[in-house]
Amino acid sequence: MQKLLLLGAEAIAQGAIDAGLSGIYAYPGTPSTEITEYVMHSREAKSLGIVASWGANEKTAMEAGLGMSYAGKRAMVCMKHVGLNVAADAFVNSAITGANGGLIVVAADDPSMHSSQNEQDSRFFGKFALIPILEPGNQQEAYDMVHFGFELSEKYQIPVLMRITTRLAHSRSGIVRRTMRPQNELHLPKNLKQFILLPANARRQYKHLLGNQAAFISESETSGFNSLIDHPDKKLGIIACGLAFNYLIENFEDQQVPHPVLRIGQYPLPRKMVTAFYDSCDELLILEDGYPMVEELLRGLLNKGKTIRGRLDGTVPRDGELNPNIVAVALGMEDTRGRDIPALVSSRPPSLCKGCPHIYSYNALNEALLPYFKGRVFSDIGCYTLGALEPFDAINSCVDMGASITMAKGAADAGLVPAVAVIGDSTFTHSGMTGLLDAVNGNSSITVMILDNGTTGMTGGQDSAAVGKIEDICLALGVDKDHIRVINPLQKHHDENLAIMKQEIEYQGVSVIIPRRECIQTLTRRMREAKKSQSTEKATV
Amino acid sequence: MKKDIILAGVGGQGILSIAATIGTAALKAGLNLKQAEVHGMSQRGGDVQSNLRISDKPIASDLIPMGKADMIISVEPMESLRYLPMLSDQGWLITNTKPYINIPNYPEMDKLMAEIEQQPRHIALDADIIARDMGSPKSANMVILGAASPFLDIPYEDIQQAIRSIFTRKGDEIVQLNLSALQAGRDFALSHLN
Repeated sequence: MQKLLLLGAEAIAQGAIDAGLSGIYAYPGTPSTEITEYVMHSREAKSLGIVASWGANEKTAMEAGLGMSYAGKRAMVCMKHVGLNVAADAFVNSAITGANGGLIVVAADDPSMHSSQNEQDSRFFGKFALIPILEPGNQQEAYDMVHFGFELSEKYQIPVLMRITTRLAHSRSGIVRRTMRPQNELHLPKNLKQFILLPANARRQYKHLLGNQAAFISESETSGFNSLIDHPDKKLGIIACGLAFNYLIENFEDQQVPHPVLRIGQYPLPRKMVTAFYDSCDELLILEDGYPMVEELLRGLLNKGKTIRGRLDGTVPRDGELNPNIVAVALGMEDTRGRDIPALVSSRPPSLCKGCPHIYSYNALNEALLPYFKGRVFSDIGCYTLGALEPFDAINSCVDMGASITMAKGAADAGLVPAVAVIGDSTFTHSGMTGLLDAVNGNSSITVMILDNGTTGMTGGQDSAAVGKIEDICLALGVDKDHIRVINPLQKHHDENLAIMKQEIEYQGVSVIIPRRECIQTLTRRMREAKKSQSTEKATV
Repeated sequence: MKKDIILAGVGGQGILSIAATIGTAALKAGLNLKQAEVHGMSQRGGDVQSNLRISDKPIASDLIPMGKADMIISVEPMESLRYLPMLSDQGWLITNTKPYINIPNYPEMDKLMAEIEQQPRHIALDADIIARDMGSPKSANMVILGAASPFLDIPYEDIQQAIRSIFTRKGDEIVQLNLSALQAGRDFALSHLN
């Protein structure tokens, strides 16, 4: 059968389409973005009427997915790991309501922080919510697990978390597709009170969730995604979760590990399998990408049993992504690292694109703030975070989506006046609006720069929910219309922009400046596509 | 047969077009393939790499073990050296010599070239000039791929066929330009070997 060459993220998307998906909801975030984009661009998905849409943020996406599940259809919700923090309220409570149509939440973790502000491990969120977790070890498994995940979700009427990492999401491999399953018919939950989490109902639902835990464990015991590969040399037993299994077998001739290996791809952990494995081996090595979750569970607080090695005892580094060499060293094998990087090789950090509108916003802002001491610019998550680097050195914070405005408010309340917030258009509608309302209600002396490039830039130019709405939103939240200023961030307008910034920074109260110019990347793409369609028009004439 | 390849460059230089061509040729030859890419923040003018693995046996890790890569193919000279810890003792370094300077502390060119010349097995060529002289400045990446082609263990015809299938939408002229660029890079490498 012909194989499709797909990224792990795309394999999940194709798996969902083939498994009877009706809707996918997400907010862009590396490394999860390509899942939803794939469905959006799929002609097949379009012809099947599958809904694919970007929410204003991960919480709205999660709730829309839950609503589709309520209506009996299969839904998928995708986000990066920190997006799950934003969606957490809906996510944790969805475990109590349960699902109706199959519901899979995909959280894409980013160990080593390739494109993120932390490397939190979403498996803890799944455990916290008391729901089953699937962790694919390769692209084919990612595809297959979506089919299995929807079945599991509908069997127990429970959302299922699929945890992937950057390496799987952004690595390509051949996928064999299965036959397509039709979408579910619209059907309401049998019990129309299932989704009402009034305390009396919620207590019942929670007991139901607790009651299902044994069944979830027993599913893990019999799941094909958890397996024992036995070996007579039991001086060491190795538990390898998800991708870690690949790094392990990479180190051995013909991929044959000279110790028993317990491969984990489904949680909660299969208690019987793990117990038997623990009992049969002299000591254990735990290999897992992310936090030492399995290792902590096995060691416990007292760690009085057999020796358990991993990230907690330093056998494996405590932070960062695994790779074949880290695993080799953990096994006492030689590190095959090659020649050193010559000293003359300089680091090459990412930078704002040539012609990027943010460059001119930062140049003017830096100049406007010259009369004040440095350290008063709170920024946010997006391309403009690169304003932290030379030559701009323009910002002093980047914490989470929306934190620029609220941190500026808090700092201004503390007496740091003026305080400036710098936030992008998409980040503003994601989580900035409520903070702006707080600032208006508190009459805090802050200036909010909403850098409007009309897109979600850092993740590759997805639609921004803010387009055409920013002034109206600010007005509606109570910002004085005389202090909502739109400027064009171009070098030729520098003096004019600088004057406006100075005025608004001096203003005692909430002011908003909106530097507006299209992202240079989306502009280039648009021009290219326009040229292409023009030439095809010519060709057809 | 196993080829582990590090593709290197700067975000926006299009190293994935090389990966796509090799990948298409490898699939045609019935080989297994895994290709780890970089998306997200680093794509904005930062250093980027891709781990491309091809084998007639199943491939386990998406990442090439350090010190085991058979080849570094780089479209930028300084970036070619960044991945030396990945290269095996017997590995080849194939790099463009045209620098992409977007940082203030880019090394001096003569020192950089001396470092590349010091590598035991290397092919260094100015693919941009070769491509420009052929009237196809956008084909520099195909020149680099051509220079790597003698070391790939994939039939040259399959690589040519991959270029045809990838560029066919853009018309015959583009296909021919890329095929010529590929050949020019290959000729350079073969003459260097002799």
